[in-house]
Amino acid sequence: MTDAADLRRRTAELLAAYPPATTDRLDFLRARFDAGLAWVHYPEGLGGLGAPRSLQVVVDADLEAEGAPDNDPRRIGIGLGMAAPTILAYGTEEQKRRYLRPLWTGEEVWCQLFSEPGAGSDLAALGTRAVRESGGDWVVNGQKVWTSSAHVARWAILIARTDPDVPKHRGITYFICDMTDPGVDVRPLRQVTGEAEFNEVFITDVRLPDSRRLGGIGDGWKVAQTTLNNERVAIGGMRLPREGGMIGPVSRTWRERPELRTHDLHQRLLKLWVEAEAARLTAERLRQQLVAGQPGPEGAGMKLAFARLNQEISGLEVELRGEEGLLYDDWTMRRPELVDFVGRDAGYRYLRSKGNSIEGGTTEVLLNIVAERVLGLPSEPRTDKDVAWKDLSR
Amino acid sequence: MTTQRTQPDLLYSEEEEALRAAVRDLLADHCDAAGVSVIARVESDAPHDIVTWKALAGGMGLAGLLVPEELDGQGATHREVAVVLEELGRAVAPVPYLTSAVVATEALLECGADDLLSQLASATTIGALAVSLSVTAGSAYKVVRYEGGALHGELTGIADAAVADVLLVPADDGGLYAVDASAVTVTPQVSLDLTRPLAKVVLDGAPGRLLGDAEPAVRRALRSGAGLLASEQLGLAEWTLTETVRYLKERKQFNRPVGGFQALKHRLAQLWLEVVNLRAAARNAADRLATGSDDADLAVAVAQAFAAPVAVHTAEEALQLHGGIGMTWEHPVHLYLKRAKADSIAYGTAGAHRAALAELVDLQAP
Repeated sequence: MTDAADLRRRTAELLAAYPPATTDRLDFLRARFDAGLAWVHYPEGLGGLGAPRSLQVVVDADLEAEGAPDNDPRRIGIGLGMAAPTILAYGTEEQKRRYLRPLWTGEEVWCQLFSEPGAGSDLAALGTRAVRESGGDWVVNGQKVWTSSAHVARWAILIARTDPDVPKHRGITYFICDMTDPGVDVRPLRQVTGEAEFNEVFITDVRLPDSRRLGGIGDGWKVAQTTLNNERVAIGGMRLPREGGMIGPVSRTWRERPELRTHDLHQRLLKLWVEAEAARLTAERLRQQLVAGQPGPEGAGMKLAFARLNQEISGLEVELRGEEGLLYDDWTMRRPELVDFVGRDAGYRYLRSKGNSIEGGTTEVLLNIVAERVLGLPSEPRTDKDVAWKDLSR
Repeated sequence: MTTQRTQPDLLYSEEEEALRAAVRDLLADHCDAAGVSVIARVESDAPHDIVTWKALAGGMGLAGLLVPEELDGQGATHREVAVVLEELGRAVAPVPYLTSAVVATEALLECGADDLLSQLASATTIGALAVSLSVTAGSAYKVVRYEGGALHGELTGIADAAVADVLLVPADDGGLYAVDASAVTVTPQVSLDLTRPLAKVVLDGAPGRLLGDAEPAVRRALRSGAGLLASEQLGLAEWTLTETVRYLKERKQFNRPVGGFQALKHRLAQLWLEVVNLRAAARNAADRLATGSDDADLAVAVAQAFAAPVAVHTAEEALQLHGGIGMTWEHPVHLYLKRAKADSIAYGTAGAHRAALAELVDLQAP
């Protein structure tokens, strides 16, 4: 059994063999993965030691104290948060060995080819087709949209329709797609903020060997649930200091710029400050529950709470800035690798936060999920459950 | 001695869950709001449920949670008191727990009034702080005149004074006096909240025993009262949400359970989210009070600024979503609405707590 003392000993050995000050960043990260200290709850040989997940903090703290390089988890967030747990759960041994190490070290960035122009909240309605040829390869055609990081990604997790003759949830299969294939055309999708953080991805006659299939043929919906559940965990599990979210910049502006203060804005700011602090405490409570091994349903609510707060708080800050609020920092179309909220102005934060209630499940869909799965209320009437996908109106 | 953790512990311990189960069992036997007993009682001349109070306070020893063991108390903390208050809020129980076992007790702890603390802890005596229920910690409160060794004046809005044996009365000489209830005239006021009735207290030359300085005692009492009231509001909000969800799964209209309509599902999911956030804020306040943290003032202000609107919102939604039956006297939801609305003023409004917060976190008014 791997305990905290054992992990600390292994961490010390890693640091002794690869002193951070004199070791190349990538060499260090690879050595850390091979030592099983990347994600300690993963199996041995796949970057972990089969240890309790809660012990990762012990390793991270010791490494941080010694100035070890990190693997830039924000930049590779989709790979870490969505692709990796899905590959671990459904991948073959060969797939796990091929993909997990460069994913964790950041050598290979991942993106997610799920949403389509006609299938967003109703994701299972997707129309991208994968047809199997006699040789066993799959040929994929279709269009995906809202794809973060597609322009820097080496690999993608992809869901496609492999059987149009059965109801929509049953005819889907899950694949790993090579983003360097010439049939993959990534085009920037410019957003309300002016930048192009997302992409459209056109897929034309892309050939995937059957070894890129993840899970069984027709099991894609079940596999995708693993991905989506992990996405929501990743959104809800963070630890924030007080004023660590959007309320931070507007509180600083208030303190530094007394000439902007009005009584109306003061009341609204205080109300939002209280709500942001309550949401922060809820996130902290959820984190303590996870550490104690008692995950609660609060996670489903955290994304809802932060989406609304981000929008209201950033909207307040634009108003607070008065004449400056009429200005914007930069409309140049950029293609950032990461969303950078704090490095930009209030107007950007206001516009970008509009996406918070859409991405990763719309507020409306998440409210249904809370009502049905947490409160046990009756589900929405379903008219498409027993109809073959090809017979659904589109 | 309390120890100071840097991070609040926002969970419930096994012992706290066991305490919750015991209190809930007792209330189910004695004081069932969903039945008719509480409604009938609050309409009578004796709205307080003294049998339940004795079982809780004397039988289970819960009146002495905040009192040290050497003074016949339990030597527990605000965390355990908060769990009791969650259950009392869930049952909208008409017992003087918050006023006697929390607010009066905290005032006596500040004064070091050991004999009275022992009496309150053992539940042989019910105490009430003679400060209007609407006052926020740190703001001005009404005092009586101290003259010739006796107290003169009139105080209103005194919660649970009708069942108090001893009143803790602040006077114009800066002292806090213990006054025997038999020495004053207590007149019930017609209260919005039937389950925590207010009274007018008239002192006409009543003898008082000086306990100590009123200002720090009242401040400490009202701060704890406000912080722990959030737990009562949490219990109240949980009951209204749970009961409304249950009703909407059963009630059918248009040949469907009403709870299957998306417009209503979204409202209930929003309420759940508010309650989840309230639990974290209330738990934080209880923990910060229990550990004597420097952060306690801020935690109380946040909890109380957040709790009142949530409790009122869940109670108002519960009444609306119950439709016609929710508007009737025989359905208990009105008891919860009245308690929630009164609680939104008790120990300071949300606005008063936001004003306190503005000072604490340096977000100054224009």
